[in-house]
Amino acid sequence: MTLAAIIAVLFLGGVAAWLVERYRPGASRWATLASLVVSLVLLAQLWASATPGSAHHWWQSLEVAWIPRFGISFFLAVDGLGFLMLALTLFMGLFGLVMTWSDIRFRRGFFYFNYLWTLAGVVGVFTALDLFLFFFFWEVMLIPMLMLIAVWGHEERTFAAIKFFIFTQASSLLMLIAIVALVYIHFNASGQVTFNYLELLDAQLSPVSAWWLMLGFFVAFAVKLPAVPLHTWLPDAHTQAPTAGSILLAAILLKTGAYGLLRFTLPLFPDASIQFAPVAMAIGAISVVYGAILAFAQRDMKRLVAYSSVSHMGFVLLGLYALNTVAIQGAVMQMVAHGLSTAALFAIVGALQHRLHTRNMEQMGGLWTELPRLSAIALFFAVASLGLPGLGNFVAEFLVLLGSFGVDHWITAFAALGMVGAALYALAMMQRAFFGESRRTTTAADQKGLVDLDLRETLAMLVLAAFLVFLGLRPQPVFDTAAPAIARSLAPVTAVEAAVTSNSTDRPTTAANWPAATHRGETP
Amino acid sequence: MTETVGLIPLFPLLGFLVLVLAPLVVRQEMPAGLVASIGVGSVGIAALLSLALLFTVFIGNPAASIQVTGWTWMATGGLSLGFNFHVDWLTQVMLLVITGVGFLIHLYSAGYMRGDAGYRRYFAYLNLFVCAMLLLVLADNLVLLYLGWEGVGLCSYLLIGFWYRNPENGAAARKAFVVTRVGDTAMALGLFLLFREFATLDIASLNTSAGSAGDSYLLTLAALLLLGGAVGKSAQVPLQTWLPDAMAGPTPVSALIHAATMVTAGVYLVARMHPLFAVSDTAMLAVGWVGALTLLIAGFSALVQTDIKRVLAYSTISQIGYMFLALGVGAWSGAIFHLMTHAFFKALLFLAAGSVILSLHHEQDISAMGGLRRKIPLTFACFAVGSACLAALPFTSGFYSKDQILLQAWEVSDGFNLLWLAGIIGALVTGIYSFRLLFLVFFGDEGRASAHCGDANSRVMSIPLVALALLALGGGLLAPPLQDVFPTAEGGHPSMLIEAVAIAMPLLGILVAWTMFSRGQRAEAPITPVERFLFSGWGFDWLYDRLLVKPLVTLANINRNDIVDAAYRGSASLSRQLHLLASQTQNGQVRWYMASLVGGSILFLAILVAL
Repeated sequence: MTLAAIIAVLFLGGVAAWLVERYRPGASRWATLASLVVSLVLLAQLWASATPGSAHHWWQSLEVAWIPRFGISFFLAVDGLGFLMLALTLFMGLFGLVMTWSDIRFRRGFFYFNYLWTLAGVVGVFTALDLFLFFFFWEVMLIPMLMLIAVWGHEERTFAAIKFFIFTQASSLLMLIAIVALVYIHFNASGQVTFNYLELLDAQLSPVSAWWLMLGFFVAFAVKLPAVPLHTWLPDAHTQAPTAGSILLAAILLKTGAYGLLRFTLPLFPDASIQFAPVAMAIGAISVVYGAILAFAQRDMKRLVAYSSVSHMGFVLLGLYALNTVAIQGAVMQMVAHGLSTAALFAIVGALQHRLHTRNMEQMGGLWTELPRLSAIALFFAVASLGLPGLGNFVAEFLVLLGSFGVDHWITAFAALGMVGAALYALAMMQRAFFGESRRTTTAADQKGLVDLDLRETLAMLVLAAFLVFLGLRPQPVFDTAAPAIARSLAPVTAVEAAVTSNSTDRPTTAANWPAATHRGETP
Repeated sequence: MTETVGLIPLFPLLGFLVLVLAPLVVRQEMPAGLVASIGVGSVGIAALLSLALLFTVFIGNPAASIQVTGWTWMATGGLSLGFNFHVDWLTQVMLLVITGVGFLIHLYSAGYMRGDAGYRRYFAYLNLFVCAMLLLVLADNLVLLYLGWEGVGLCSYLLIGFWYRNPENGAAARKAFVVTRVGDTAMALGLFLLFREFATLDIASLNTSAGSAGDSYLLTLAALLLLGGAVGKSAQVPLQTWLPDAMAGPTPVSALIHAATMVTAGVYLVARMHPLFAVSDTAMLAVGWVGALTLLIAGFSALVQTDIKRVLAYSTISQIGYMFLALGVGAWSGAIFHLMTHAFFKALLFLAAGSVILSLHHEQDISAMGGLRRKIPLTFACFAVGSACLAALPFTSGFYSKDQILLQAWEVSDGFNLLWLAGIIGALVTGIYSFRLLFLVFFGDEGRASAHCGDANSRVMSIPLVALALLALGGGLLAPPLQDVFPTAEGGHPSMLIEAVAIAMPLLGILVAWTMFSRGQRAEAPITPVERFLFSGWGFDWLYDRLLVKPLVTLANINRNDIVDAAYRGSASLSRQLHLLASQTQNGQVRWYMASLVGGSILFLAILVAL
């Protein structure tokens, strides 16, 4: 019930925010704050009542028939992985609200309506266990996000919004086709129509159809992630979105892609995933390095951070397809740590743009003197972004590389170059914006000097920083929370691998001749 | 006593946190005295704790070791890492060097940096550095060591670029970080490889497993990858290029980070992992040759430098080369002994150089100096002591440690070999450049900047100078008992002749320096091609710039707009073109519509007929 309550609070909170703004300007923010706080309280309650390690894998679930004729139900459930993602979603939603408290100047009610509806959609994505419902929420989170970019974005907002829409919409169409085909094949085999994830896990698929369905899911999630070469919507969308929108995109929406891969693609299509793994790992490694090089070349600070996301999320893809616990734990940690660090960097860019009216680093320089507090915080998150040990991002990237090295050392060694690349772009950002002499052209408005971060902004940032330090030094609770879900997603894969090794005498290794490989139904 | 080990890095960390977070609580800037007390005091407490550890546990007990269990750091799927500390005599030596020399340099900094706008920021960074460096040497597994390893790298970056307004300082800082990160990446790969082979990253178990596994190419590869990290951090060939530029930082920083502690971390790493290196002859040879090449390349470069700090920087690279040479020939204790004495005398030299620079109002060019010995006698005395130790004159600390290395190099192949020869030539070169510097700065006629020289040593600066001078002189008596940490080399006895050569070389070097530089000569900018080649550090920067930096930056800038996006932009513009083409047909002219209707029908019919 708590899950449905959280989603309802966010949906209704959005409507309420829209309505109250009509009567009292500024009230929408308080309505948003209230619904986020209520959601967080509900989530905390869920966490307190959960008994990890008990026989039930799901901490809580709710299943209500929705369209029984097609086997569609309103099926929500949460486990450790889902909980981590929900906590990240709601917490970063709150962070985005606090950091941009006075940013929005027009149509505030509608803005916060879209803001909360995006969050509600994401919460649905992280909890839905019915594929139809999953797709429903997948679309719900897109449209309000589109509005955030198109209405409140920067100078090229329309272009960015359309690009964002086409990329995500085209790819989710592939996923829809894959879902319907999966259900249909399952119906043919079992005579039962269902969109239930738990039942579809047992679907009997021929290798060829599993391969194509896997690709359908993979492309949709890879666009979201994003993975090179499907990443080009991201720099535009992130850069043009308002600060709060960039925070949502980077901290939360990208994670839905990674979550989908782990929750759906791997366990639904284990054979196909095993065959595809080298390709996916290579794509991940290329994303890491390519994103880093592009980030290094940017002059627009927000674009730099956006491309750094491409690089960081490459680690997630690499780790997920290494198909072992260490690497996937690293990938999950990266989802959380990247959410925190990149959201903070976008907030910093937003704060700078608010003060300087530019994102161009060639017009900054020497900001440390004028904005010591903001600069020091920027330094912290830049350093987190380059993977300094002691902070969460290092734990994540280290585990991903450690886990994938045993699988493919060349790909891993290539991805490790991203460590040098991260140092290049993170330090380049610090140098261009905060060190050196000021290159600002002072206008009359600037004469009164720049205002450093206030207490509200500083505290919000410091909370994030404290979380990153905690993740860097005591990550074990996160590992323990995510471990059962990871084990469950990996179980079908390890079963296939075990079958392959036990039959390896009469079955040649499959890596060479994909997609013709073992069939899931044949496994003992 | 074991509980207090955890407090040693904690106090500098607390100092850092207080200095950084104070402005959130207190509105006005902290008074300088308070900043200095926190910054210096926290390291002072760490030094006292380290001494207490020495006297209660380690002294007279070469086999002592302490294991401190903290908390589970990462435990998942076969990986198990703890936040645990391990202390043995090797760690104890490092603890004393870091906190002891660190404390003296902090104290000196309190005077040297007084009046700087970033006083609080300076001590915050410096305290964080000490904390990270302590974690590096205390770690009982390689990942925790890596945490400290990267942490000191970050502090080095921050302190090189401390005076951030000058873009050159920023460039030097980034160069230092990125070049060492290249080495660190190699080291990380070494960690991955070791984990794949041994399923553990605990130092003790790795060393046991490696020792019993015997030589294999994978172990050699792992050792070489770790060496990559060590080479980057310790500024050895081919990653030595960042250290001379790192002199952009404040001089006490150069003393602490770029002479006494951080740059010797590579030596510590190899010594710590010595069983792994010892099983592979290739790896040992590589370590030895890295050291030999570095000590010569850097030593010759030091001969022609004109900036007082750059002379010392090249000399540091060269001396660490000696330590690598020692490691490569299995003189583990000798390497650590030299690390210790070098920390004393090189810190002394840097701090004395700092006093010179401050006395001359931030003049670093030695061609502007000369005849300073009467103007700043204390600084001169300290600098002379430091130079004598650096040149390894008999009865100074540098002599004892370097002698041990050269003898072991001779013994490693029972006689003459190239590594020993490199060490002997290096000893000559060291004698020349160290006394060239002493003569040019303190002897001869007064230089352009000498006239308005005022002694800048305040008491907080003099005390560390004198203390370090005493340590540098007497350090030879403090050889740490490392016989239970390292396998002892079987002792042959080289002939007296070899001993005599080792003693004679530095003296010969001083003689050369005396004849060339003691009579009022000026240091001149390099003129001949050979001089310019040496001056530029053997063209490494030039090479890397052409080979790596320029192509990468150019490529990145060309691709700033993301070539991948061009495909999507292309398809977008194609569909727009098609749209324009198609909309041409809707021009509102009935004639046109009629004609196309007729034409279309004919075409359709023709296709039907043809089929």
